Amino acid sequence: MADFDDKAREAKEKKAALGPDIDLETYCVEGECHLPVEKLDELPQEDKELMLKAGVDASEEGRSGSFVQKDTTAVYATSLMDGLEVMPIKEALKQDWVNEYYWKLVPVDQDKFTAKAHTDLHNGYVIRTLPGAKVTFPVQACLYLHQDALSQNVHNLIIASEDSELHVITGCVSGAHVNKGLHVGISEFYVKKNAKLSFTMIHHWAEGMMVRPRSVGVVEEGGLFLNNYICMKPLKSLQMYPTTRLVGRGAVARFYSLLIGHPGSELDVGGRILLSAPETRAEIIARAISNGGTIINRGHLAGDVPGVKAHLECRGLILKGGDILAIPELWGKAEGVEMSHEAAVGKINQEEILYLMSRGLSEDEATATIVRGFMSVEIPGLPSELQAQIDAAVAQTEQEVM
Amino acid sequence: MLKIEGLQVRLGEKEILKHVDLEIKPGEVHILFGPNGSGKTSLLMTIMGYPQYQVMSGKISFKGQDITHMPVNERAKLGIGMSYQRPPTIHGLKTRDMVRICDSSKSKVVEDLAAEVNFTDFLSRDINAGFSGGEIKRSELLQLMAQDPDLMLFDEPESGVDLENITLIGNSIAGLLQRNFLAHTEKTQKQAHRSRNKMGLIITHTGYILNYVPADKGQVLYDGVMACRGNPQEIFQTISHAGYQECIKCCGQLQTPLTEIQNSL
Repeated sequence: MADFDDKAREAKEKKAALGPDIDLETYCVEGECHLPVEKLDELPQEDKELMLKAGVDASEEGRSGSFVQKDTTAVYATSLMDGLEVMPIKEALKQDWVNEYYWKLVPVDQDKFTAKAHTDLHNGYVIRTLPGAKVTFPVQACLYLHQDALSQNVHNLIIASEDSELHVITGCVSGAHVNKGLHVGISEFYVKKNAKLSFTMIHHWAEGMMVRPRSVGVVEEGGLFLNNYICMKPLKSLQMYPTTRLVGRGAVARFYSLLIGHPGSELDVGGRILLSAPETRAEIIARAISNGGTIINRGHLAGDVPGVKAHLECRGLILKGGDILAIPELWGKAEGVEMSHEAAVGKINQEEILYLMSRGLSEDEATATIVRGFMSVEIPGLPSELQAQIDAAVAQTEQEVM
Repeated sequence: MLKIEGLQVRLGEKEILKHVDLEIKPGEVHILFGPNGSGKTSLLMTIMGYPQYQVMSGKISFKGQDITHMPVNERAKLGIGMSYQRPPTIHGLKTRDMVRICDSSKSKVVEDLAAEVNFTDFLSRDINAGFSGGEIKRSELLQLMAQDPDLMLFDEPESGVDLENITLIGNSIAGLLQRNFLAHTEKTQKQAHRSRNKMGLIITHTGYILNYVPADKGQVLYDGVMACRGNPQEIFQTISHAGYQECIKCCGQLQTPLTEIQNSL
């Protein structure tokens, strides 16, 4: 720990490699006091409604566990299944085993944000399956920013042990009174041998929010990691570049992201998968709509050994001004890698609109139908309730962009 | 009734329809013949209301309304529908949902309609994504069945269809146009014929469709001019044996003087 403290101190002024710089001094780190709740249902109605928008259901129906953090306080953490652990990271850090995972993938001194998440750690969650546990119902987690001008610093560890299955949905929301705010979220993902992890993150921030997630995953032999990210609401600035290393034979990672860039929003979202073991597979699929905002969509696939297969697909649609910069990168470092990408940025094809109009839809209805289709991706291996959650978010797109 | 008078249409800089008169009465099915590039598809797209087909002069009316400048979706609502030859793919839009869009009355069961054109397996696929020529035709027919318009425009409904499916396609079109033979109904054949109200305009190159859909009239469009009208079987026979050259000869004796057509060639 002392080592991390030193490194974090040294990096506290270190600017991030990407995205606009943020003056951390303009945000406070002292959170208002929130009391823990016995049941999620006890939370204020306003909070519950907000959480639901990001896929976190206070009834806990169809969920195997829940975690809720309001500002700096973990107000609720529970597991409803054997073989599943859900706890606040501050509590988990009292146990020795956690040191095997804490800051082991994300460098604490990567930039001022990682440093901040260590020196001023508020909380975060640890979600772990025990070996062999098949937790098919999703675990839900909500990181809720309620207090204005707060820097919410969280650190999450998600661990799918050998031969286990784990599905997590994380909703990040900010309250109605938040004019400005900063969310720094460190996430470290461990997918052990033959484990399966799906992680679906829905961001539902306010217009003045700055968001700086930092996440790295590692997938061992025969493991599968599905990483889905949805950001359709306006926010001021988002910069993230989640990275996953496939280190065991046959490991698979698939990243899906759905982004909408509203006027005044700047989204710099990447995805990087490093294929370092034989027979590994990777896929990155991104859909971006600019509705007047700026979107930078980065994708990076690196094949280190022969016989790996990877594909990157980035499609952008400029609807009402704004701009989209797609930067797909393929880095083959061995003979016999199979890597490909397709990137396209454009507008809605007029022929498609007229085709739908000739079936009776108005021009606006036709446009909305095409946009909904553009954003709807089917994610193989995702539990149906999570696919439904994503579909519901996509159904909102229509209102967002029309 | 569809009535087109003295229609002149441009696509970009090019005048593609020079002079078209056409009248389709309720219950009538017309076949539209013409060599490649003569403007057949353009005529259908103009009737459907595609804005890139700019009407320079003339008038299109349907059910007594002047629709010359009416938007596409309003024409659809008024009862005009089209079976496209090369419709666009719409990613993320399932065929099932597209058929539901077509069914504005929300009264039909998509699965039942799909079974009729042997298309059940495609309902969960994105509309037109990777469809073969024959699959596109069946998909288009399925959409028309759901839409059930009064005037149906078919752009080469049999092109690219394998022999196995041609009967299915032909009979489905006949059904849509109330031209399928139904014995043992309560009505006599004469009564059944009289109660027909669906109108059809079918582009065909091969003439196969004539084996399934008894048509009332044939029209020949040549270089943007509606040059001939007559019995569809006879026109087809003429074109099959002597090509469109023979049609041009007739033109002078029908609606447009031959010299005018030759001048415009």
